[in-house]
Amino acid sequence: MSGAIALKAPDPAILSRRDQIIADLADFLPAGTVVSSERELKPFETDGFIAYRRMPLVVTLPRTTEEVAAIMKYCAKYKVPVVPRGAGTSLSGGAIPQEDAVVVALTRMNRILEVDYPNRCARVQAGVTNLAISEAVSADGFFYAPDPSSQLACTIGGNIGMNSGGAHCLKYGVTTNNLLGVKMVLFDGTVIELGGKALDASGYDLLGIVCGSEGQLGIVTEATVRLIAKPEGQRPVLFGFETSEGASACVTDVIAAGLIPVAIEFMDKPAIEICEAFAKAGYPLDVEALLIVEVEGSETEMDAMLKAIIDIARRHGVKTVKECQSATEAALIWKGRKSAFGATGRIADYICMDGTVPLSQLTNVLRGTAKIVARYGLRVANVFHAGDGNMHPLILYNINDPDEARRAEEAGNEILKLCVDAGGCLTGEHGVGIEKRDLMTHQYSKPDLDQQMAVRAAFDPDWLLNPSKVFPLEGRS
Amino acid sequence: MADIYEPQTEADAAAMITEAAREGRALAIFGGNTRAGFGQKVEGAAFTAKRLRGITAYNPSEMTLTALAGTPVAEIEAELADNGQMMAFEPADHRMMMGTEGVPTIGGLFATNTSGPRRFVSGAARDSLLGIRFVNGMGEVIKSGGRVMKNVTGLDLVKLLAGSYGTLGFLTEVTFKVLPVPRTEATVVVTGLNDAEAAIAMSAALATSCEVSGAAHLPESVRWLFGKNGLPDGPATLLRIEGVEASVADRVNRLQPFLQRYGAVSQIDQGDSQQIWREIRDVTPFSEDGSCKPLWRISCAPSAGHQLLAALRLETGVNAFFDWQGGLVWMQMEGDGEAEMIRAYLKRLGGGHATLIRARDSVRAAIAAFEPQEKGVAALSAAVKAKLDPKGIFNPGRMG
Repeated sequence: MSGAIALKAPDPAILSRRDQIIADLADFLPAGTVVSSERELKPFETDGFIAYRRMPLVVTLPRTTEEVAAIMKYCAKYKVPVVPRGAGTSLSGGAIPQEDAVVVALTRMNRILEVDYPNRCARVQAGVTNLAISEAVSADGFFYAPDPSSQLACTIGGNIGMNSGGAHCLKYGVTTNNLLGVKMVLFDGTVIELGGKALDASGYDLLGIVCGSEGQLGIVTEATVRLIAKPEGQRPVLFGFETSEGASACVTDVIAAGLIPVAIEFMDKPAIEICEAFAKAGYPLDVEALLIVEVEGSETEMDAMLKAIIDIARRHGVKTVKECQSATEAALIWKGRKSAFGATGRIADYICMDGTVPLSQLTNVLRGTAKIVARYGLRVANVFHAGDGNMHPLILYNINDPDEARRAEEAGNEILKLCVDAGGCLTGEHGVGIEKRDLMTHQYSKPDLDQQMAVRAAFDPDWLLNPSKVFPLEGRS
Repeated sequence: MADIYEPQTEADAAAMITEAAREGRALAIFGGNTRAGFGQKVEGAAFTAKRLRGITAYNPSEMTLTALAGTPVAEIEAELADNGQMMAFEPADHRMMMGTEGVPTIGGLFATNTSGPRRFVSGAARDSLLGIRFVNGMGEVIKSGGRVMKNVTGLDLVKLLAGSYGTLGFLTEVTFKVLPVPRTEATVVVTGLNDAEAAIAMSAALATSCEVSGAAHLPESVRWLFGKNGLPDGPATLLRIEGVEASVADRVNRLQPFLQRYGAVSQIDQGDSQQIWREIRDVTPFSEDGSCKPLWRISCAPSAGHQLLAALRLETGVNAFFDWQGGLVWMQMEGDGEAEMIRAYLKRLGGGHATLIRARDSVRAAIAAFEPQEKGVAALSAAVKAKLDPKGIFNPGRMG
C-alpha cells in the first residue's frame, strides 16, 4: 500500500519509558496478562486492513472489567494512549495499534454470563464472538441478529465499536438496534453501566453514541444484547440477471412493492466467479449479476412472498431463478456469499469499500465505480447488501506493487466520494478507522466534525483512546 | 427581544439562538407543545419549531422521508399512508393523556423518542431516525447521520439528540426510515389471566416463530377504560400479528392452539385490532380528566413489570396496564409523592426507569421526573450537555 494515510508520530517520551510501563503493568496485572516480546506482539501489528501495520508498545490481555479499569487508570495517569482490540478483523484499520500505545485486547473475556429467555436477552463479555451468542441459544430457538461476514471470529465488543451489520440487518437492524446495555470502562478507569434489560434507558442515549464510536469513548467489557426467536423457516433464492441494471432495478421494485425480505445480497460477475470457484455454491456463471434474496416464515408465507418477488424479477429480465431444495443447499448459497472477502483474498490483495447510498442511486454508483476503477487500470468485484444500499466494491491490486497500491487507494477514495455525493455516506458498517479518516471532511463540515470531537472530548478529554482514528489529525480541537 | 420565538428558517433559528446564547437567555424549546408536561417545568422564552414546516424529500422506494422539524405528524402520516407506508415505531398521540391541544410535530416526536406498541420488534423512534440537522447552543448549524439505512460515519449524534427533550439542540430537520404498512393484522386474545400468568403467556408467545408485533396485558381493573373492540369480558392479554393475509392467517392459526394452555383464546380482526392498539399506544384509559392524577411510565425488564405492580398494589392506590410484553407499564396513582417508593421497588426488581409523565405543577416541582442517574453516568451526561449547550440555554432543568 502507498502508506498515504498518516499515523500520529509516536511520543518519544512514552517510547523511552517502555520498560518502565511494561514493568508497572506486570506489577499490578496477573501473570501472563502483559505481552511484550517482539514475537508475541507481531500478531497485533495490524488487523483486517492489512495495508498498514504498527507494532504496539505493549499488549495486555485482561480477564476482568477490574483489570481493564486498572490498565485505564494507569494509562490516564501517565497519559499513555490505549487502543482497544477485539479479534482484529476490522476492515478499516480500527484496531491497528500505534508504537506508543497500550493495546487492550479483550479476547480472553469470552464468557456468556447470562441467558435470559423470558426477557429475550443475553449478557456477555465483550470478547465473546458474534457467532458464539447465536450458537449458545440456537437449540432453544433463538438467535442474535447482526451477522457480519466475519462472525466466526469477530467479537461483540468489536461489533459495538463499529456498529456492525451483516446480510440480515435489512429486517433485523444493525448492532445499535440489538444492543440493550453495556458495562464500560472510561478513560480514567471509572466503570459505568448504560442501559440494561429494559428496552429504553433513561436520560441521554449514551448507549446510542457509544455504539459505533470505534473505541474512542471507553472500553466496553460487557454487553446485554437482544435475542430473537428463530423464524419457522428460511429460504434463500438465487436470481441471475443479464445486466447489473436489471438486478438493481429489481431491488428497488421489491422494496417499493412493500416486500421486505430478510436479506437482498448483490454480486456482480467478477464476484460470482470468485465465490463460485471457492465455495462451489452452484451460482450461475452465465449472468452479469446475481441477487440472493432470503425470505423467512412458514412455508405458506415464504411461498407467497417468493411468488411476488419472482414476478418482479421477471419484469427485469431475470435469466435464472434457483430455489434451493434443502438446508444444505441454503447453507451453501450463504457460504459462497459470506466467504466473498476470503475468496477474493486468495486471488489478489484487495481493499473493501463500505459506502452506503440511497437505493435509487445503486445503478449510478455501480456505473461510476466501474469507470473510476477502469481509469486507474484496476479490477473490481462488487458484492454487497443491496436491500439497504450498503455497497462493498472490492478493489483488486497487488500489495507488493507500490504504484498499484497507490492507485487502489486513490480509486477507493474516489468511490467513497461518489457515494457521499450520491446522498450516501462513507461507511455503512465497517467504520471509519484510519482508512476513511481523511475523507471525513468530504461528508461533514468543520462545525459538524468539531461538534463530534467536542462530544468525544466529554468522554476522553486527553484523546488517549484510539486517538489516530476517525477524525482527521489536522484541525483537532 | 420577543417572548415567543418562531423562526421561519433554520438560519433564523441559528441567529436567534446565537443572540440568546450571548445574552445567556434561557429558551423553552418545543414543537406543538403537546408533551410540554413531560419532565420538569422549564422557565424560559418560548421557542418553537412550528413554522419550520414541510416535507423536504420523500421517495417511497428508498424508504426514507425528510421533513422540517415543525411539520405536523398528521401531515407526514397522511403522505406516508398515500404510499402504503408508515413510521414503524408507531408514534403515539399524547394529547388526551396530557390534556393538551395543539399539533404534534415530527421534531417533537423524535425529541421525546416517542414509540408505540411495535417498539420491541421495530425499534424506538431513535432506531428509525437516520439523520438530523440541528442548531447547537452556540447557534451553529450541525448535521449528523444522513438519509441511508446504514451509517457508521463518525459519532452518532442522531441517537444522542433523540430523546434529549430539546436540551441538547434545536432540531430543524429530521430524516427517518419508513416501512410498508402491513397488509392486514389480527390480535389473538387470551382471557382471564392474572398479571403474572399474562407475563408467562406473553413471554412464551414471543419465543415462538409467530413474529408477534404487539404484546400487551390489560388487567381487569382497566378493562372498562378501554373500548369494547370485540374483546371478551375480563382481563385481556393481547398478541398482535401483522403481515400479508396468508401469513397472518397462518401465524394466527399456529398461535391460537399454542396459547390455549394459558387461558380462553379468541381473536379480533383488522378494525377492532387497530383500534385497541391505538388506545394502548395513546394511553387513552389514563386520559387527563381534569384531576391530573400522577401518571408514571415504567420501563423495565419485561418479567419485572407485573412484580412491580404487585408490590405497589400492597402499598398504594394504583391502576395500570402493560405494553411491550410487560416491559412498559403505564401507572396512574391515587396519591402524589410516591416516587421514592416506585423507584425503590424498581431497583429491587433489577432496575429500569420510572418517569413521571403527568402531575400537578406542585407535584412536578417536588419530584425528579426522570429517573435519577448513577453518579458516573450523570457526570458524563452533564459533560455531554456542556459540549452541545455550554451556556445551558436549552430547556434548562427539563431533564433534571
